[in-house]
Amino acid sequence: MTKIGLEIHCQLTKLASKLFCSCKAEYRNLEPNSNICPVCAGLPGSLPLLNKKAVEKAAMISLALGCKIPGKIGFFRKNYFYPDLPKNFQITQYNAYGPTSIGSDGKMEIEGKEIRIRRIQLEEDPGRLVYEGTSEKTMITLVDYNRAGTPLVEIVTEPDFETPKQVRKFLNVLADLVENIGVSDPYLEGAMRVDGNISEGDGNRVEIKNVGSFSDIEKALLFEITRQQSLVERGIEVQAETRHWDEARRITVSSRSKEEEQDYRYLPEADIPIVLIGNESLDKISTQMPESIIARKERYVKKYGMPAQVADVLSSDRFYSDLFDKSHNEKNAKEVSNIITTDLMGFADTREKKLELKITSKHISDLADSILENKLTRNSGKLALQEMVKTGKALTDVISSLDLGHVSDVGSIEKIIDEVFKEEEKAVAEAKQNPDTINYLVGKVMKKTKGKADPATTLDILRKKLSV
Amino acid sequence: MNLGISATEFVSQAKEGALSVEEFVAKTLDRIKKIDEKIHAFITVDSQNALDKAKAIDKKIKSKEKTGICFGIPISLKDNICTAGLKTTCASKMLESFVAPYDATVTSRLKSEDAIIIGKVNLDEFAMGSTTEFSYFGPTKNPWNPEYVPGGSSGGSGASVAALECLASLGSDTGGSVRSPASFCSVVGLKPTYGLISRYGLVSYANSIEQIGPVAKTVEDVAFLLNIISGHDVHDNTTVNHGHVDYVKDIKAGVSGKKIGIISQMIGDGIDKEVASATTSAISKLQDLGAECVPVSLDAVNHSVAAYYTIASAEASSNLSRYDNLRYGFDFSTEGYEFKAFISKARSNFGPEVTRRMLLGAFVLSAGYYGKYYLKAQKVRTMIKAQLDEAFKKVDYLISPTMPILPFKVGEKIDDPLKLYLTDINTVTANLSGIPAISVPFSMSSSGLPIGIQLFANSFQEKELLQAAHALQETSKLPEMSL
Repeated sequence: MTKIGLEIHCQLTKLASKLFCSCKAEYRNLEPNSNICPVCAGLPGSLPLLNKKAVEKAAMISLALGCKIPGKIGFFRKNYFYPDLPKNFQITQYNAYGPTSIGSDGKMEIEGKEIRIRRIQLEEDPGRLVYEGTSEKTMITLVDYNRAGTPLVEIVTEPDFETPKQVRKFLNVLADLVENIGVSDPYLEGAMRVDGNISEGDGNRVEIKNVGSFSDIEKALLFEITRQQSLVERGIEVQAETRHWDEARRITVSSRSKEEEQDYRYLPEADIPIVLIGNESLDKISTQMPESIIARKERYVKKYGMPAQVADVLSSDRFYSDLFDKSHNEKNAKEVSNIITTDLMGFADTREKKLELKITSKHISDLADSILENKLTRNSGKLALQEMVKTGKALTDVISSLDLGHVSDVGSIEKIIDEVFKEEEKAVAEAKQNPDTINYLVGKVMKKTKGKADPATTLDILRKKLSV
Repeated sequence: MNLGISATEFVSQAKEGALSVEEFVAKTLDRIKKIDEKIHAFITVDSQNALDKAKAIDKKIKSKEKTGICFGIPISLKDNICTAGLKTTCASKMLESFVAPYDATVTSRLKSEDAIIIGKVNLDEFAMGSTTEFSYFGPTKNPWNPEYVPGGSSGGSGASVAALECLASLGSDTGGSVRSPASFCSVVGLKPTYGLISRYGLVSYANSIEQIGPVAKTVEDVAFLLNIISGHDVHDNTTVNHGHVDYVKDIKAGVSGKKIGIISQMIGDGIDKEVASATTSAISKLQDLGAECVPVSLDAVNHSVAAYYTIASAEASSNLSRYDNLRYGFDFSTEGYEFKAFISKARSNFGPEVTRRMLLGAFVLSAGYYGKYYLKAQKVRTMIKAQLDEAFKKVDYLISPTMPILPFKVGEKIDDPLKLYLTDINTVTANLSGIPAISVPFSMSSSGLPIGIQLFANSFQEKELLQAAHALQETSKLPEMSL
């Protein structure tokens, strides 16, 4: 049997400042080493100042994953020499001498399977190494400390996964979860990083590091299962080691470094006093928690009779579910959910497009109401939506500028039908014999009105005129 | 102009316009130029800046502008306290050319009260030592007899004040580093309660036990400095908001009716005879002033030196790991080195005592030994605190000699680290427990070497501690510096 466990590093990208100083938490796209201060650069004499908001956000993740939160949390130093680490130690949390990390013993259910969360810890991200030069000999390593001190939450699972597919699904759900509670934007480059550990049967455990994306972790694990199984079949023992994912060759490669043997000489961080988390502050944090994805899905199914699949798609995305919750009312809920899950999500099929959407809840509710009040056909509605997400203009403006107004008065539709009858004598005769072909004539009317004729009225008049 | 006046006296004269700050500072700088060759208290002297500041303050006093309460007191800072634009070397090759881009909180508080930072003074490298012999820049000598050590690690602070090269100094006390030189140089030195003074800008050695402490000629001067530098700081999460206390007010309250515990473990075996008799004499003088003195036993003290060196070394090994010469340090090209080789090469430039303690610290923290050494040392710490809490239910103060022995000759103990470590026996207790302790100069040995007496009080009882220290100070008349 395959056993897979994960260590997920998730940056708290929604915080304004770093974990121990007032530098920006958002380090991306800045001039190298411009987002640093004496504290995050680890200058002599500087002291870390704990960002209390980071503790709150980490507590929110812990709560969302059903973890226990201890009454006091503390920080430890993990000592090792590496150029991306300005102090040559990382301030993190450590439970070996009693539970002092922000969360422990949680769980999350994925497709009926329970994945246990061993612990959640709050820690600082190191800086970034940038390699320049073409060959190993000319290569130079540059260090950018802009990222150093960015707040990070490490989530460690028990080895409860059995397949890489479960892992992928778990990561997607986890990404939605941290986005939903507003602590992180997991899709920012480097915001969510995953290491895996995997073993076959009673075999040794192999760590897999350096995996860039969720789809790559699935591939790396699949590769590793095949590799380990073929070793077992040939009677060769799997080595306990750390392997790196080689993105180009799509294989895992032994990293040869003996990282697991490193002694981190953990030491309590005396510069940061123990943080007391009383029931009162926990209650306060709980009230700040948004509705969970699962609760929201249930609400959508129960209250609005949404099909489970639609409710699932809508509830797991904070942006779209917020849009739904703000734009719907008792009457138009179904129409609103349709507009969002079929049309809007269709337009914004990539993250970049989603970020560019110029859509407000008013756009959506106006649109749904217009369709329900027969002022706009679904077809025109889709065109109007497309224009609104691009320009952000109000629905009425879009309707007039694109000339999408609905034609529903009987007189004008009759006139058009008469024109169609003249042009389509053969089809008219056929429709009289076989009423199933009537849709062809409806189509012609629609073409002439550019989709604006009300389909129901059109059909009504056609039937009368053809006496079918 | 008498450079031997106290800082308090200086302030009252400067305030009245009775002395020229510029003249005083110029005289002080002259004296440094003249005698510091013999003492070697200073690593950096900031002459021009000090004179400019002095001129500006004189002008403010003359024109009756609002002037900071220091009125230009020339102060030296231990060279592990950061000063923007002025080197902070920690007496180490590793920081030979390091200039901090910011002021320590104590530095900025002093500056904003118009103190003049006249220079940076010597220490054992990274404050690790009890004699100031382990400085990359060479040892500091005792102004009372330059053949002798001034104590340490804040030897530059003690010596610069004693030798009249400044009116006061700030040192740092991790295991006695302010009180040891205060005792050996016949000046007053306070180790405040952990959390009373911001450590922001103090280069860490053992961050869970060390505090910045004032060194001055009189107890009033120490109280005066404490008023300026103590209190909560947003840059240091370990500082405590203790409200405003005026340490100078009521400093002459005396000790009548107070109860003083004599720590049995600190006056027994291994103590120098003259130190012992000075302690007895101090006790009887305090009794004459109306204090009741009783013996108190703190048996956890027997483990204090071992616990101190375990904890301090462990923290040092972590605190000093950032010195890899990659971001700042000394001139040393990375060319041709693989990362790990570069780090080892660069870090081989630490001196012997720092290297010893970092190795010891790395050992006690390593897997399998943490429980055996580090946790055990933490238990001793808890035990000491518990015994002190118990003692302070019965007494107001505790008393002991600051150092168990008289100042010794430069080089005498440098090859025997264990012997040196044992001289900390009376001072480390205050660091491990966090309580305040002060060394008050009390007498001179037959050979003309200073003897200091140490008083302890419970946490955040600095005001009461200074009152007792003042009472003790008034009982003796000590010789003036003749150098």
